[in-house]
Amino acid sequence: MSLLFKGRGNQANSQEKSTFLKLYFFVLTLFRHGVHSLGEMWRTPMASLMTILVLGLSLTLPTTLYVVVKNVQKVSSGFQEAAEISLFVKESISEQETQTLVTRLGLYPEVESVSFISQAQALDEFKQISGFGQALNYLEENPLPSVVLVTPTKRHRGADSAQALLEKLEQEREVEFGKLDIEWLERLNALLGLLKESVFTVGVLLLSAVVLIIGNTIRLSIMDKKEEIQVLKLVGATNTFIHTPFLWTGIWYGIVGGLVAFICVTLMLWWLESAVSLVVGVYQSSFVLEGLDLSELMLLLLLAISLGFIGSYLSVRKYIREIEPEKV
Amino acid sequence: MIKFDQVSKTYPGGHRALEKVSFELGKGELAFLTGHSGAGKSTLLKLISLMERPSAGKVSINDVDLNHISNRQVPFVRRDIGIIFQNHRLLERYNVFDNVALPLVIEGTHRKHITKRVHAALDKVGLLDKIKCQPSTLSGGEQQRVGIARAIVNSPPLLLADEPTGNLDPELSMEILTLFEDFNRHGTSVLIATHDLGLIARMKYRSLTLEHGRMLQDPLAIDPLKGDYLGGHS
Repeated sequence: MSLLFKGRGNQANSQEKSTFLKLYFFVLTLFRHGVHSLGEMWRTPMASLMTILVLGLSLTLPTTLYVVVKNVQKVSSGFQEAAEISLFVKESISEQETQTLVTRLGLYPEVESVSFISQAQALDEFKQISGFGQALNYLEENPLPSVVLVTPTKRHRGADSAQALLEKLEQEREVEFGKLDIEWLERLNALLGLLKESVFTVGVLLLSAVVLIIGNTIRLSIMDKKEEIQVLKLVGATNTFIHTPFLWTGIWYGIVGGLVAFICVTLMLWWLESAVSLVVGVYQSSFVLEGLDLSELMLLLLLAISLGFIGSYLSVRKYIREIEPEKV
Repeated sequence: MIKFDQVSKTYPGGHRALEKVSFELGKGELAFLTGHSGAGKSTLLKLISLMERPSAGKVSINDVDLNHISNRQVPFVRRDIGIIFQNHRLLERYNVFDNVALPLVIEGTHRKHITKRVHAALDKVGLLDKIKCQPSTLSGGEQQRVGIARAIVNSPPLLLADEPTGNLDPELSMEILTLFEDFNRHGTSVLIATHDLGLIARMKYRSLTLEHGRMLQDPLAIDPLKGDYLGGHS
């Protein structure tokens, strides 16, 4: 394409090219640039390695936090269930009526089992547990109500559905009020929320650090090749042509940094495995530490690549424009 | 080919490098641009290669007004101009072949053609045997010739040379000039900035002289109407 001399074709244009061929050459050039810039990184192994390690570690921290949140969530999902609903029976209700209530509740589709603790049983239990045994003997009448313990079916043990069931059960004529112990569950959820929030904040900070590190590395590389860029501009290279290798370098840093982070996290989990299995053994539960699965690895790499691209793009845009042949 | 119309260039800071310069270089013409250092030779070349923009006036190449060329189009203009520098500006990290191939690579030329053309260009400057060398291992004259090969590898219609013989002894300078003459014979317009007056004297080419940013009378430019020297009385 000659702007000044119509009809002066260069070698690239003199052959008739279809759009497909042009696209093919475009992709080929892009790919060649990619391989080339990988070779460039190989030329300065120490500097590249250090950058890669810094990037890898910067990416490892948020990834580790993510894995922690994921596993805590998995553990706590076992606690997400409200096992029991306590229904306190009205004082005026006779023992017999309570029995019919128990039978009736047993027919609820949401209810797995129902058990009944009479006033007398409740008092006995309280005497044993509280240690007020003697004192309680002085009471003229039993202050404790009868309690019906309802265990919901598995499907209705979640915090919300258990709450709904409680409200439904409270409609029963014989029931004074019901109680569902989900307060601790709400606290746990709030705590988890806080953890997630802080992971997010720390993550954003560290990911910005990644962008800055890559940006700075690319800036140094641009300064290093200042003369080369000037010559390229003088012989008619477009900005795209000059930018591409640097953008590729950023992308490569992202890919390799992401892989380093993945390896670090995997090694860390492997190391923690034995400690975790010890704890799990004590609690007799069947918890397995979960690492990153394939889709999460892909996400990590994609994120790292985007950060690498953004970092290098920012540098390239700012600094290559400043390098002009006349400013020698 | 090149036309300057009342071109002035003032650099930021107030330095007036060129003042109302007008001249025309014909198609297929070879001309010298002379003057003391600081007379504005480099500025004039920079205006042609769009390294600088004029403060006033119009520069055009092949009747295309360079004021209408946007920054995005600048690279494409430079592909039509072969530029040769005093310090040759070769890339030390690459060998001779890669240096010469640079303009073709930028244009996206096919590999096969690149090899052919680089060989042809190096053959013309007589350095085919140094094709695999690193620039730093070559002598000054050889490096300059590699720079020339790079400038002509894509057969530009216009060649600019900024003090191409600046660091060379007279014999080598002559050799380089013979090369330029050769390209000129094949139809390329050539503009050579130099302060080597002895060299110019030995060759019968038009010479444009700059002094303190102004173009002096052009002794070889004869006004066809008056049959007299141009601008003699004005």
